[in-house]
Amino acid sequence: MTVPILNASGCLDALVAPEVARSLDAFVTKTVTPLPREGNPPPRIAETEHGMLNSIGLQNPGVDGFLEHHLPKLASLEVPIWVSVGGFSAGDFAQVCSALDSCDDVATVELNLSCPNVEEAPETSAELVAAARGATSKVLYAKLSPATSDVAESARAVADAGADGLSLVNTIRGLQLDADTLRPQIANGPGGYSGPALRPIALACVYACAAAVDLPIVGMGGVTCGRDALDLVSAGASAVALGTLLFSDPEAPARVRAELEAEVRRRGQGFAAGLRGAAHGSTMSRPASAE
Amino acid sequence: MPGSGLVLGRARRERLQVGESETVGPYTLLRLERGSLDPGIPGQFFMLEAPGRVLPRPMSLCQAPPGELAFLIEPVGPGTRALCALEERDAIHVLGPLGNGFDLDVERPLLVAGGIGIAPMPYLSDALGSPPAILGFRSERHAEAAVLLTDAEVVVEPRLVTELLPEDPGDVLACGPEPMLEAIRALVPRTQLAWEAPMACGYGACYGCVVEVDGHYERLCIAGPVLREAA
Ligand SMILES: Cc1cc2nc3c(=O)[nH]c(=O)nc-3n(C[C@H](O)[C@H](O)[C@H](O)COP(=O)(O)OP(=O)(O)OC[C@H]3O[C@@H](n4cnc5c(N)ncnc54)[C@H](O)[C@@H]3O)c2cc1C
Ligand SMILES: Cc1cc2nc3c(=O)[nH]c(=O)nc-3n(C[C@H](O)[C@H](O)[C@H](O)COP(=O)(O)O)c2cc1C
Ligand code: FES
Repeated sequence: MTVPILNASGCLDALVAPEVARSLDAFVTKTVTPLPREGNPPPRIAETEHGMLNSIGLQNPGVDGFLEHHLPKLASLEVPIWVSVGGFSAGDFAQVCSALDSCDDVATVELNLSCPNVEEAPETSAELVAAARGATSKVLYAKLSPATSDVAESARAVADAGADGLSLVNTIRGLQLDADTLRPQIANGPGGYSGPALRPIALACVYACAAAVDLPIVGMGGVTCGRDALDLVSAGASAVALGTLLFSDPEAPARVRAELEAEVRRRGQGFAAGLRGAAHGSTMSRPASAE
Repeated sequence: MPGSGLVLGRARRERLQVGESETVGPYTLLRLERGSLDPGIPGQFFMLEAPGRVLPRPMSLCQAPPGELAFLIEPVGPGTRALCALEERDAIHVLGPLGNGFDLDVERPLLVAGGIGIAPMPYLSDALGSPPAILGFRSERHAEAAVLLTDAEVVVEPRLVTELLPEDPGDVLACGPEPMLEAIRALVPRTQLAWEAPMACGYGACYGCVVEVDGHYERLCIAGPVLREAA
């Protein structure tokens, strides 16, 4: 089996680093909103002992700017393009999705239902997915937050609302204080926590959602090597995305792919066949594979 | 995976061996074997793996002796302390050169640096044929780093570099703390200033390093770190 390796949204600019984008099986854009956004004031990032915090605030050119200036250049990379879509209401999600619907260069739409750094839409995730579903016939992935008491319940709700797949997980809100001033290191205060610290949380979410719904899952959160990717696939992911890792290692896609293949090979043929969901033993119905 | 060949513009990523490091006042001059990396243009920077940390750290190239890349590092936190603690024959991943360096096509260059802002000056001075330079430090101990730039004028706090700026300073190429750069910008019409921001990636991937340029947030790692101004 081959496991597609993607970037996590907001963790790579394919136009600045096309060689990195070409090393992926699909490129996921930074979240696009209806209107352009300057994003949050700096400082926007802080390293922690086992991860990092960010509060970028969805800086992006807006859907019109994206379609005019970015998408044509992205298309020339000849890597499948996933567009991450965000907004502050169901209407926003529907607006961006309908603008993307007629673009042949867009392979998949990923709905960012869970950015911890901007105001949330008043609607539920399922209502946002339903609004997007009504606006596009593209393949729709719903990206969920790990910060819910029952992520499997959210997964069932977005599946019922028409999601074709899940992206698990987004960052979780965290805070770090400056050692001298005891003030938040990030201008906006808290930020989204990503990197190795998120790994067991992401793994638990993928594990719970794979058991709950029969959808392909892009697993992400703190992946640093092939073994981490293997864990996500064993928990039920059908593809793996790299986020924070790309900041320290832009060569990670090829490395993680090779390490994952070696991990699978080492465990033998029979293992590879039942790899996806192996962590569930016989309790999980075989889920659909990613396209 | 040494030299596995990622190319980002002129930047490459490679695992480089640590050579003999030196102490220069409170700073460490970290020498790395150059591998196949290009030293780049003065003012450009490299992302250095900081052992045990999640993110690499941006460092300006200080000197480029044959076969080497040398970085001057001030230990201010966990990442820079880990870099200063590297020992000979350790190896770290390095990505670079990154960003925009100084424009060397200037008529009357004057180099100005404050504190660890001296880091890019030796390489810059070599490239420009040792132009005049003014260095400011916060203590006599920090001022020991002035040995890296012969014939520079040196001030120690409470005196400030701006006190030594001539009436008509020509083209000021400067690196140092933000208040120093702001003061120079207010006094001098033609400047090239090397700014700092916290950076996670150094190659435009994270949008973490933005600074305000003409009313918009621009990523300093690709728009800078050297920003030009002409009044
Ligand atoms: C383009 C560029 C070139 C640089 N070149 C050099 C160099 O040649 N030599 C050198 O010693 N340092 C250089 N720096 C600064 C160096 O990267 C930071 O000091 C380092 O990342 C701090 O990491 P740390 O873990 O040691 O400390 P941290 O714990 O991350 O930071 C210590 C303190 O410094 C502040 N800080 C951290 N990073 C920055 C930053 N980039 N700008 C302003 N404040 C910051 C933090 O808020 C904190 O108060 C450069 C920075 C940039 C952006
Ligand atoms: C700097 C930064 C920016 C991000 N921007 C976005 C974004 O625009 N949209 C989104 O859906 N997720 C965004 N994320 C979340 C990542 O896509 C990913 O879900 C998360 O970082 C967990 O993966 P990781 O631990 O491998 O980084 C961002 C993460 C980081 C670190
Ligand atoms: S440091 Fe990541 S975009 Fe500049």
